[in-house]
Amino acid sequence: MSAAVSRRGFLGQAAGLAIAFYVPLGSGPKVAQAAAEKGAKAAAKAVPLPPANAFLHIGTDDSVTVLLAHSEMGQSMWTALPMLITEELECDWSKVRAEHAPAADVYKFPMFGMQMTGGSSSTYGEFDRYRTIGATAKHLLLEAAAKRLHTTPDRLTVDKGVITFGKQTLTYGQVAEEAMKLPQPATVKLKDPKDWKVIGHPTKRLDSPEKIDGTAKFGMDVQFPGLRTAVVARPPAFGAKLVSYDDSAALAVRGVEKVVRTTDGVAVVAKNFWAAKLGRDALKIQWQQPADGGVSTAKQIAEFHDLAKKPGAIGTNKGDVDAAMASAAGKIEVDYGFPYLAHAPMEPLNCAVKFENGKVDVWTGTQFQTFDQVAVAKVFGVKPTDVDIHTMFLGGGFGRRGNPKSDWIVEAAEIAKATGLPIKTVWTREDDIRGGYYRPSYLHRVTVGVDSRGMPVAWDHVVVGQSIMAGGPMEAIMVKHGVDESSVEGLGDNPYLESVSAKRVSLHSPKTDIPVLWWRSVGNTHTAFAMECAIDELAHRAGKDPLAYRLALLEGKTRHVNALKLAAARASWGTPPEKGRARGMAIHESFGSIVAEVAEVSVDNGVIRVHSVTCAVDCGGVVNPLGVEAQVQGSVAFGLTAALHGELTFENGHAKQSNFHDYKPLRMYEMPVVAVHTIDSGAKRGGIGEPSTAPIAPAVANAVFALTGQRLRSLPLRLA
Amino acid sequence: MKLHINGTVRDVEEPGDTPLLWVLRDELGLVGTKFGCGMAQCGACTVHLDGKPTRSCVLPAASVGDRHVTTIEGLSKDGPHAVQKAWLEADVVQCGYCQSGQLMTAAALIEAKPDPTDNDIDAAMSGNVCRCGTYQRVREAIHLAAKIRKGAAK
Repeated sequence: MSAAVSRRGFLGQAAGLAIAFYVPLGSGPKVAQAAAEKGAKAAAKAVPLPPANAFLHIGTDDSVTVLLAHSEMGQSMWTALPMLITEELECDWSKVRAEHAPAADVYKFPMFGMQMTGGSSSTYGEFDRYRTIGATAKHLLLEAAAKRLHTTPDRLTVDKGVITFGKQTLTYGQVAEEAMKLPQPATVKLKDPKDWKVIGHPTKRLDSPEKIDGTAKFGMDVQFPGLRTAVVARPPAFGAKLVSYDDSAALAVRGVEKVVRTTDGVAVVAKNFWAAKLGRDALKIQWQQPADGGVSTAKQIAEFHDLAKKPGAIGTNKGDVDAAMASAAGKIEVDYGFPYLAHAPMEPLNCAVKFENGKVDVWTGTQFQTFDQVAVAKVFGVKPTDVDIHTMFLGGGFGRRGNPKSDWIVEAAEIAKATGLPIKTVWTREDDIRGGYYRPSYLHRVTVGVDSRGMPVAWDHVVVGQSIMAGGPMEAIMVKHGVDESSVEGLGDNPYLESVSAKRVSLHSPKTDIPVLWWRSVGNTHTAFAMECAIDELAHRAGKDPLAYRLALLEGKTRHVNALKLAAARASWGTPPEKGRARGMAIHESFGSIVAEVAEVSVDNGVIRVHSVTCAVDCGGVVNPLGVEAQVQGSVAFGLTAALHGELTFENGHAKQSNFHDYKPLRMYEMPVVAVHTIDSGAKRGGIGEPSTAPIAPAVANAVFALTGQRLRSLPLRLA
Repeated sequence: MKLHINGTVRDVEEPGDTPLLWVLRDELGLVGTKFGCGMAQCGACTVHLDGKPTRSCVLPAASVGDRHVTTIEGLSKDGPHAVQKAWLEADVVQCGYCQSGQLMTAAALIEAKPDPTDNDIDAAMSGNVCRCGTYQRVREAIHLAAKIRKGAAK
């Protein structure tokens, strides 16, 4: 803790301030403890509340600094977590600011037992902890004020950090020093939700000012005297190995200082990026092609189809599927295909590393501080606590910056170690698109037996695709009996199938040399498409309206029904759209939230245009309506990129796409108007960073069917 | 070589074929201008060259000549620019990495078209990629910025 704070330079930054006030949590107020236990699920071991922490700092100038145990990558942790503290602390929002916490045990996320950001979990997972910190601080400040004013805390009122007793007032800053010396309370009482003044109220982002004037610092922007830039030549094909290299031409490039090996490739270290890049271009490298020739897309798809002919490892098995299928009144058998996808965050990967006097400093944008710290320590042979991770703003994460293997960080550490120099790696866009850790390619074979009314009575679902969790630290938790939960999430427990008496979900997880990783909303990116398109096909086959068919299957699922009905109503479902347009819908539950989307599309010269997307979102409760709206709009845009454009293809292990000209992102002219309607269901809170991503592709595909009669069963959507 | 940047003349030692982006970032420390793709596909590196939005990642520094370069750091010389005010009001940013480029393109747009239509916005802004998907708020903010600019001009 102390290292964290002194390094961050809080005290130094707040000029003239000598006083820092940290909320001491000790054994921890009971409410947060309970929340930590409740949130710990089976996924990971629960971390007891830290014995002390530095989540909050109140300066004598009344400034309130909140330390974030989670990374800001666009999803607004910089605002949501301070809102939680402010709600209970009753401080002045205009004096609140945020900072990334360093990597330390105290900042480990109780839900996962490590310091990380992912799974759309930060806001709801910290909902109790951060509020409790605010409440504890307020308790101590009022106690200190009461002593000063010779009264008791219950006779004080507080508003925006100003404590009032009769005609006397004190600010938080004025009593911070005394409050720091007081023993912490055994318990604190959190506010009744009806008294909330911050939670649930539209609140503008705290990180906007620095992100609109160019002063926000991303990992890419780290500069200090002596820092060199490294650009790395990595294998041109997945599975290829370095044989030898000639660096004479590279070393002759002006500004190039060193060329060193990394585990996988060759790094050119220069005084700046451009020299390093020219140096890398000048390397002559001999690579050995992968022994099996490497992945080629057409061949792989054929292999996947072969595998899909038979059930794989069993994830869900209920009833006698084969018998139910044989006796069904009718049957559909459809395949849905999904390509590999790169995350392509706007900020290409980068990482600065400095090793000095046995201590390592790492500057990067990361989602996985705990893993990174351990991985870097291993490279240098030091203790994890000797590795200081400076989390910079992330120029997009989407899962790519949360790698249990810490690939880009380990590589930077290797270069710093090999050169003995402080270095910053910079990936080019080509390095990023071709660099692996993709959303895997999948194939779904869905066979559904229906009764005479067209309702499903037998569901046989075979999934083929690489396991994200296999071989990683989460394998033990996430892979059960050969089934990676993340490959089939949203299938076996899908509410549509609850009333289906015979169902089977099975999985083939072929291995390849292509490294794969979670990509915003993970398995839901393909499972939601398969489910929602299949349901739409069944509705059509039954001659039923897609909404009515869904509602019939979801009877009793109040949250789903309400979300579907709301999205449909707001999208004017049931009334004819403008001529030349059609609507399609989808609903999916993920990360504890339910999102229904209705897309309205047209086709213009063979190009699919998405005009509007109406979303109904039930995430239990909303902390920041502005943040939720932004995340839903952003998720729709991210999912729409995959629906309309996203595709990586391979030839002999080499990715054919390389940059935004052939790995196309959604652009302004393609952005639909996204209307966001939230449902305050009061259900257990869920996430918001990811759940709106998955429904958009099936909603668009179903709309395209309604318009053209073409069932597009693979992504990206391409009209015949 | 000498470059006119944000109202001052800067001496630059890097070879003239170095892209302007890397001169700005690595030599002059003006890191508000971002590297996104290196081939003028994403707009993160947008600066103004005599007021015109230009992709600095593919522009050799030597070809700038006497033209005046404005970067995000120089956009707000007389207090926040209309687009910056509008960006705050519309709560546009998410990760923020592309926003310098978005703002520079938008600022040039409302200079050229004081009352831009949605079609104008599509045409001007489609070269600026945002993977977070802030487009809808970017659009709102540009309309708002146009209003702010007109209000200020009165």
